[in-house]
Amino acid sequence: MKLWKDFSNGLIKENPTFRLVLGTCPTMAVTTAVFNGLGMGIAVIAVLICSNLIISLINKIVPNEVRIPIYIVVIATFVSAVEMLIKAFSPALDSALGIFIPLIVVNCIILARAESFASKNPPLNSIMDGLGMGIGFTLALIFMSGVRELLGAGTFLNMPIFGAGFEPALILILPPGGFLVYGLAIALFNKLIVKKA
Amino acid sequence: MKLIIIVLSAIFVNNFVLSRFLGICPFLGVSKKVETALGMGIAVTFVMALASVMTWVVQFAILIPLKIEYMQTIAFILVIAGLVQFVEMVMKKTSPTLYQALGVYLPLITTNCAVLGVAILNIESGFNIIETLLNGVGGALGFTLAIVLFAGIRERMELAPYPKSLEGFPIALITASLLSIAFLGFSGLL
Repeated sequence: MKLWKDFSNGLIKENPTFRLVLGTCPTMAVTTAVFNGLGMGIAVIAVLICSNLIISLINKIVPNEVRIPIYIVVIATFVSAVEMLIKAFSPALDSALGIFIPLIVVNCIILARAESFASKNPPLNSIMDGLGMGIGFTLALIFMSGVRELLGAGTFLNMPIFGAGFEPALILILPPGGFLVYGLAIALFNKLIVKKA
Repeated sequence: MKLIIIVLSAIFVNNFVLSRFLGICPFLGVSKKVETALGMGIAVTFVMALASVMTWVVQFAILIPLKIEYMQTIAFILVIAGLVQFVEMVMKKTSPTLYQALGVYLPLITTNCAVLGVAILNIESGFNIIETLLNGVGGALGFTLAIVLFAGIRERMELAPYPKSLEGFPIALITASLLSIAFLGFSGLL
């Protein structure tokens, strides 16, 4: 029961993107197409689970004063591994995400979960927390990239959805569209979900 | 000429915050007042200039000769974290007034993705050390410009009436979107 609670916490109640507003840079930068959003989401899930697990295992032997640098090294190690895997298996995703793959290191979601959850909880709970937070982040990215790709390019996962007469609103896949869609998405989330709870 | 283009491009055309989405967290977090925004901008400029040069040296003096380029991410983040700590200590000793002014923002800079971002971009663009320094300074000035303008707008918005669900982040992001549209106008500059 406790495990399920740790898992579901990140989905809606403390959704990292819409509630905690963490990891904003990749949220806006990579959501120009659903494929990129999904790829970034999966990469973050992988790093988040691994780093949460390791940090919860080592937290007893890490001196309190140097914990942040140690967490960053653990996270950076997994990010490097994920980076090499993406380069090897999906060069298309690698060129689409570009600089934002190494920048997962400074994605605040990961360090925030390490500091506020994994360092205080047992390994299994930390894995569930990482999975929940990662999936919450991925769903948010899919939602944002879905809106932006559909209205900004008229496609979904590169498949044309509207007929030839559709005039895409290009501004949505340009940088201003990232800010605009993110702002409206948080407002919508607050209005529909938080008020009811 | 190429050097001027690098600086102008980093400040206006490829503004780190508004067109590359780097350093959004401090951009949203410390932009409620113009003074604090300016303090953050100065601290970032300082660290980013140093970090650009340091990471460039690490890349070409350590990683490439030892053929361990795959360690780039880990090495760079450690250099930046160490550098921030070092700057903080030096500043505390030599200039207590500046330390007082910037103190709170310095630790936050480690997780500012613009700093790691500019370091990686410099290497990817194949810049030499002078171009690296200018790109770092230009990018940081662009960050400062964006955050100060944004803080100015937010100060005035305090009094404006808007729907309750837009309070806080949503209205800030929509404002940033309009600012970003304004910066799109620079894209024909170069």
